[in-house]
Amino acid sequence: MDFYSFLIQLLNGLQYGLLLFLVASGLTLIFGIMGIINLAHGSFYMVGAYMAFSLSVLTGNLFVAIVLGIVLSVALGVVLEWVLFSHLYKRDHLEQVLLTYGLILVFEELRSLIVGNDVHGVAVPAIFNWSIPLTETLSYPVYRLFMSAVCVLLAVALYLLIAKTRLGMMIRAGSSNREMVQSLGLNINLVYRLVFALGVALAAFAGMLAAPVSSVYPGMGTGVLIICFVVVVIGGIGSVWGALVAALLIGLADTFGKVLIPEAAGVTVYLVMAAVLLWRPEGLFRRV
Amino acid sequence: MSDAILATTDLSRRFGGLMAVASVAIELHRGKLHAVLGPNGAGKTTLINLLSGDLPSSRGSIRYKGDDITRLSPDRRSRIGIGRSYQKTNIFQAFTAFENCRLAAQSRAPRPLAIATDALRHTPVCDAARKALAAAGLAERGEWIASTLSHGEQRQLEIAMVLATAPEVLLLDEPLAGMGAEEARRMVELLKKITPEHAILLVEHDMDAVFAVADVITVMVNGQVLESGEPAQIRASPAVRAAYLGEDAGAGDLTERGSRA
Amino acid sequence: MKRSKIALLIALALLALFPLVGATFYTELVTKVMILAIFALSLDLLVGYTGLVSFGHAAYFGVGAYALALLAPKYEAANLWLTLGAAIGIAGLAALLVGMFVVRVKGIYFIMVTLAFAQMFYFVFHDTKFGRGSDGISMNFKPEATIGGVNLFDLGNPTHVYYLVLVALLAVFLFLRALLRSPFGRALQGIRSNEHRMRSLGYPVYRYKLASFAIAGALAGFAGYLSAMQFGFANPELLSWHQSGNVLLMLILGGIGSLYGAVIGAFAFVALQELYSYVTTHWQLLLGATIIALVIFLPGGLASVMGRFKRTLVGEPEDE
Repeated sequence: MDFYSFLIQLLNGLQYGLLLFLVASGLTLIFGIMGIINLAHGSFYMVGAYMAFSLSVLTGNLFVAIVLGIVLSVALGVVLEWVLFSHLYKRDHLEQVLLTYGLILVFEELRSLIVGNDVHGVAVPAIFNWSIPLTETLSYPVYRLFMSAVCVLLAVALYLLIAKTRLGMMIRAGSSNREMVQSLGLNINLVYRLVFALGVALAAFAGMLAAPVSSVYPGMGTGVLIICFVVVVIGGIGSVWGALVAALLIGLADTFGKVLIPEAAGVTVYLVMAAVLLWRPEGLFRRV
Repeated sequence: MSDAILATTDLSRRFGGLMAVASVAIELHRGKLHAVLGPNGAGKTTLINLLSGDLPSSRGSIRYKGDDITRLSPDRRSRIGIGRSYQKTNIFQAFTAFENCRLAAQSRAPRPLAIATDALRHTPVCDAARKALAAAGLAERGEWIASTLSHGEQRQLEIAMVLATAPEVLLLDEPLAGMGAEEARRMVELLKKITPEHAILLVEHDMDAVFAVADVITVMVNGQVLESGEPAQIRASPAVRAAYLGEDAGAGDLTERGSRA
Repeated sequence: MKRSKIALLIALALLALFPLVGATFYTELVTKVMILAIFALSLDLLVGYTGLVSFGHAAYFGVGAYALALLAPKYEAANLWLTLGAAIGIAGLAALLVGMFVVRVKGIYFIMVTLAFAQMFYFVFHDTKFGRGSDGISMNFKPEATIGGVNLFDLGNPTHVYYLVLVALLAVFLFLRALLRSPFGRALQGIRSNEHRMRSLGYPVYRYKLASFAIAGALAGFAGYLSAMQFGFANPELLSWHQSGNVLLMLILGGIGSLYGAVIGAFAFVALQELYSYVTTHWQLLLGATIIALVIFLPGGLASVMGRFKRTLVGEPEDE
């Protein structure tokens, strides 16, 4: 593999990893802070992608579609938490797994009913629809660089939110002692609702961002979910930093794996997981 | 008998910046009950956790019958003869009292490959379970579901379970916690009865009980050993009394056997 | 005789007599359900009695099915007994290997890694040449149940298949019942009740969990083998996480931690599935909504409603 091909795969791997991080951070936040395992998290990614598609068809502009989509997904998150997930806080893992599994089925069928089962493409916005030439034959799409940049910005914003703001403090406090936070007069229900909505929005936004690149298809939700589980297992539950490192690792492993060993493409990720589990059964950065 | 069956050297455990247990040297001998006293937060439960293997140590060593067991897992420590009871009742809530003890006794004769035999037919284990229940005063409660037992009875079950594992060393973490006067008296009698056959470490807040049964007392404050010696010496010690001045009412006055709070 | 025993015997008699009155379609359907019941029983050992919630159990079901499909010669019938033994062994071995990674890990992690490993198996069968790809493998001949040259029964005949599966279901049920009454089985239940205490009592908990995981995997492989035997093919969808989710659902429907609950759950699940798909092609929506409603509206969780909360040990007086 020559240098430029390597560079392209490297950039692809990082971009994929950063996207995974967006989704996984939502998952790990929701689990780390609320103690809920949410199998339907991948469905939010899918919902985001389909929203990007249908809203951009409706409005003719991807950016408008994304903004609308973010608003809608925050609303969706709030409603879901209020109606369904608030029941899950004191329940055991099996019940959480089952309820969210049922939710996946509901989301998939609703999508099938509303939008159908076709695969759709979403056009890359005109501003980004060009490539940086690397060699005579190779070039790199600017939209992918834009995606990575947005993910990095969001990661920084997330860090600032959690480490430096009062909301972030509440989030961190809520994760250790729910009753204590409540007795301090902080509205734990509001905090949980916000965190959940944030998680949903992150996943949905990732789907919207990825839509022009990966296209919009029915199985995308479950596909990304399981990879995100691998990310969270490797990175350690509850650790956003761990999710970042693990996501990048997985993104690179998957991308290079597909290129170097096409036949074992889907399996590479799990081999990495198995290797990490051998070395550190609790994940790389276990915090909770 | 003068050789300690369990001995620690420089045993320490740190949590971040806090030394929960600092350089503790303690010895247990067969036939002797060694009590550990100290105000809340003195590190007593952490010490037991270190000895049972529930917590790894940061520094120091633990020797059992001369062998270094510092890195041994809790289940292996139990198998070599170190049993422990818990301050927060740690039983099988949904099983009967008998089954609780039977499971404990079974650990000594696990027979995992005997997959076709009914465990209830394995007489030696069942007998050991019944004996342990009787020793702890729970002979009539065998068929009761553990969660329906009174708090005192559950504490007795805690002890019965660890007795059923026929240990040589007993690490008892506040067995009298939350007990009424009569139940506590019975527990003290039980402790006196089992001491000759075992080496016991007793962590307790109940002064009367401690002075009734202890052969040696170690007082811990802030993770360190303040003083260690025979009960009379401890009772008379000014340093110990100073450490307890202003402690909660349950402690009572060290020089008299008053009623417990 | 106890009431529950009578009920069981009646159910068994009904099952035994069913093929004589039912049409072939229904015979095959009930056969399919009984195979799922074996699958559910295998998971019940893990979830209901050891307390390990696995979301990747379909992997071993699939391994059992593929074992038959891959071992079956192209131009003649495989031997039932040999291939069955091999399939159970291979599935158990696969579970043992995965278990070594997975059993160290607890709670949520465990759920996630079991799902992840099942996906890995899925990809192996879906993507690699070894697994022959997404269409799966068809067998040209059903296995033959010959011993010493004598053909015992004809696996092309749905009624014979039905009775073979019924016997298998009974065998697995009785095996698990005996296992759970044994010292090993009681230790597993102790682990489910209070793992920490079991460890402090001296039990090597890791080994017990690993053994449970492997046995559960082997039994799931048994069910998978029967499935491939019945339908004549194996495909990657057998290892999909929908399958893993569905079998968990069966346990919830029937009642966690009771053996015949697993069997009832399998029947209930297929009944729901048939009912819902009769009503609409989007039957998964109804199924999903049912699952959600089930989890939310049963106070204190599902175990209490099933009335099995008090009965926790197989072999206690009120038990089967």
